[in-house]
Amino acid sequence: MKKDILKHKLVPEHAILSKTEANKVIKQLNIHQEQLPKIKVDDPVVKEIDAKSGDILKITRRSHTAGKFITYRLVL
Amino acid sequence: MQGILKKISQINFGLLSPENIRKMSVTKIVTPDTYDEDGYPIEAGLMDPRLGVIDPGLRCRSCGSKGGDCQGHFGHINLARPVIHVGFADTIHKILRSTCSSCGRVLLTESEIIDYKDKLDAKYKNEESITALIKEIYTVARRDKCPHCDEEQEEVKIDKPVSIVEGNYKLTSSEVRERLEKIEEDDYILIGINPVVAKPEWMVLTVLPVPPVTVRPSITLETGERSEDDLTHKLVDILRINQRLKENMEAGAPQLIVEDLWELLQYHVTTYFDNEASGVPPARHRSGRPLKTLAQRLKGKEGRFRSNLSGKRVNFSARTVISPDPNISINEVGVPEMIAREVTVPVYVTDWNIEDMRKHIENGPKIHPGANYVIRPDDRKIRVYEETKDSILEKLEPGYVVERHLMDGDIVLFNRQPSLHRMSMMAHEVKVLPYKTFRLNLCVCPPYNADFDGDEMNMHVFQTEESRAEAKSLMRVQEHILSPRFGGPIIGGIHDHISGAYLLTREGSVFEEDHVLQMLKKARLPLPKRKNEGWTGKEVFSLLLPDDLNMVYRAEICRKCDECLRQDCKNDAYVVIEDGQLKTGAIDEKAYGAFSGKILDSIVKDYGTDKAREFLDSATKLAISGIMKRGFTTSTADEEIPREAKDRIEELLSMAELKVEQLIDAYHNDELEALPGRSLRETLEMKIMQVLGEARDKSGEIAESYFGMDNHAVIMALTGARGSMLNLTQIAACVGQQSVRGGRIERGYSKRTLPHFKEGELGAKASGFVHSSYKKGLDPLEFFFHAMGGREGLVDTAIRTAQSGYMQRRLVNALQDLSVQPDGTVRDNRGIVIQSKYGEDGVDPAKSDYGKVADIDRMIEEMRIKSKAAK
Ligand SMILES: [Mg+2]
Ligand SMILES: [Zn+2]
Ligand SMILES: [Zn+2]
Ligand SMILES: [Zn+2]
Repeated sequence: MKKDILKHKLVPEHAILSKTEANKVIKQLNIHQEQLPKIKVDDPVVKEIDAKSGDILKITRRSHTAGKFITYRLVL
Repeated sequence: MQGILKKISQINFGLLSPENIRKMSVTKIVTPDTYDEDGYPIEAGLMDPRLGVIDPGLRCRSCGSKGGDCQGHFGHINLARPVIHVGFADTIHKILRSTCSSCGRVLLTESEIIDYKDKLDAKYKNEESITALIKEIYTVARRDKCPHCDEEQEEVKIDKPVSIVEGNYKLTSSEVRERLEKIEEDDYILIGINPVVAKPEWMVLTVLPVPPVTVRPSITLETGERSEDDLTHKLVDILRINQRLKENMEAGAPQLIVEDLWELLQYHVTTYFDNEASGVPPARHRSGRPLKTLAQRLKGKEGRFRSNLSGKRVNFSARTVISPDPNISINEVGVPEMIAREVTVPVYVTDWNIEDMRKHIENGPKIHPGANYVIRPDDRKIRVYEETKDSILEKLEPGYVVERHLMDGDIVLFNRQPSLHRMSMMAHEVKVLPYKTFRLNLCVCPPYNADFDGDEMNMHVFQTEESRAEAKSLMRVQEHILSPRFGGPIIGGIHDHISGAYLLTREGSVFEEDHVLQMLKKARLPLPKRKNEGWTGKEVFSLLLPDDLNMVYRAEICRKCDECLRQDCKNDAYVVIEDGQLKTGAIDEKAYGAFSGKILDSIVKDYGTDKAREFLDSATKLAISGIMKRGFTTSTADEEIPREAKDRIEELLSMAELKVEQLIDAYHNDELEALPGRSLRETLEMKIMQVLGEARDKSGEIAESYFGMDNHAVIMALTGARGSMLNLTQIAACVGQQSVRGGRIERGYSKRTLPHFKEGELGAKASGFVHSSYKKGLDPLEFFFHAMGGREGLVDTAIRTAQSGYMQRRLVNALQDLSVQPDGTVRDNRGIVIQSKYGEDGVDPAKSDYGKVADIDRMIEEMRIKSKAAK
């Protein structure tokens, strides 16, 4: 029996950013793409949403301090 | 020698070849003596001047630089017979075990050799570790027969530390060396040796490098006697035996004698490298002390790595016992004059301070605000003596630096180990005081976790203007009143500060005006205008509050009444401050105590740290002068309860014990019903614990009902100054169940806790219920159970500190390079983003409202009061 891991309550929402969106994020943070936190291509969620190496993921998760927090990760 | 800056791109580890040892040597060492009768070093001896100089007056004969600049030069000893290097004995053993005794090839088949070489090449290319693969080869290459020359292989064993035994025959070092020489260079890689930097036979020494004298300096004792370094002693031994071995061999002495001497040479060389090698008795000094040889210099906590490289000693620091001083500010530290004369501050001499500096030099090193050293513009450091004072004063001009004594107002760093959080190191202003202890204000005890039962603390004196400026703005005590851990004050009133303030401000506390003025004067506060009538304590305390302060909160003494009467609270626990006037409520721990002081918290946040420090300094002083006015003491008389109460408690406890007996009977008669998910036995335990717990609480309640706010112990417990209600009821009524591992006590003898009970007895008394109160006294059995429970507490704390210490270390190691950048991101030292916003909400917890951005409810309540006051 295979479950949809994306629906699990402990798995936050992952979305692949488009090129323009990705550039906007990079510019906004004023960093190099390589300076972003990373996520491996063989991460179960990355495989599930079919992200490719070099993609930037937007991860929206619940936060104790901020309520909702958006973070970005570079797929390795 | 001048320092040369070069960047290290690569480090290669290899072995020194005999040729290399001879090449880097400046001289052969042959004479086991060090100095001749006149005290001059002997040529070709262990102190040969070519090995380098230490005396700054002399020039080195090898490199020409002055003593101190010359790092020394190696010599060498030609060993009469080869000797195994202890450090490599295991490697030699492993190599001989996996190579053929006859042809020297590795005991692998041709196909295996090709296979492993391919694998090794691949690992090399990918820059992966080859250790696992080499280990595999060593296990595969243990064969009874050589695949190359079909020679039968005997088992090779190692006899610690350095003897290699083949079958029953002990190989001599020369034979070992010959075997190693036979191994083909093509096979080196298979046994884990890089042919570029090492050959296996170099692990058997034929030449011994002699370290330069700078590595093993001799010390001259006061008596004029010379004392040599342990390494020199060891080298002397080696030279002596080497000499005798050589002579005996040349004279054609019997084989037995030569072998004995050879063995002895091996022993000396072994202990020269490692005097704690297993299987060899350590070489000892004449006094019986084991010698500290090469390995001992590096190993362990006192070794070069942990003691000199990972940690270093510093100058301009001091350490002594601490003691309290309620009269100095929280920002200050009392420094003994003796220390102030020793640690110094460098001051650049200018036209504006030259007169001051002159005075310091005139005072010299012995009179307090004096000076110890003067640094000339050419960087020469001159000690200030009585005799040199005048000549220094003559030359003193702008551009000089004077290292003057520590004085009032200087900024220093103060620290108490274990430095677990940033408040463990804070900057204080110096106040030079008589006697020999560091003095600190009691309010800073919580952040340092200090008490005065013999605690010592360290002080460091800043040496640059930059560090002083930085410390003053970032590290001063007043900047750390709020803890980043929970967004509330960690520095605040403790103990008598709390009880004092309560006694001063509680309902009905009224003072004659003269007494009020006395108290204020004693607290060094400005005196208010007389109003020619009595003052309430609340009015007195209001003098300290900012005029526009408005706040409402429930004090520590609040008993959580079912329906809060707010301003009309019977306990005076509802604190209302209107425009800086304390209207209702008593001041206690919740007002300005460490960890929970609301008024203090709000003053820091709304009025800044300067105001907060002033408030804390004067509030604590006022509380102390208040408590001194009234007098405050405690004794076990405070825990006395009337006969009738004792009777009631006694009855209650015997009822409970009876109930426990009934439960046990029910259990034995199988009448007990098991709770869901529990066994019958567990159910019984839980029920007994519940009954006894309730009994203890009830007995406490009975005792409490006799305790009023006129009781000093109770005042301390309820205001949060010290102790708890539980402590008091344990003294007065009943100590209660003792526990080990979270349950009643079961351990001890077989089937019983002590031989005074029957086997399998489950009653209250037999399992550690302490019926008595501390005041009444425990009977021997109760005392024993109490000690069992107490011991567990001690063991737990000991283990917990060790565990949490290691956790802290790992956490700090992982996080030490992270910092918040100006753009609000958290990054590591490579610039990699860890959090795109600090803490995900960008809030500094120290400036937050107890972790939250703001407490809306509180703000509304305060605004309500403010508008009411305005009307
Ligand atoms: Mg202590
Ligand atoms: Zn030299
Ligand atoms: Zn062979
Ligand atoms: Zn109340």
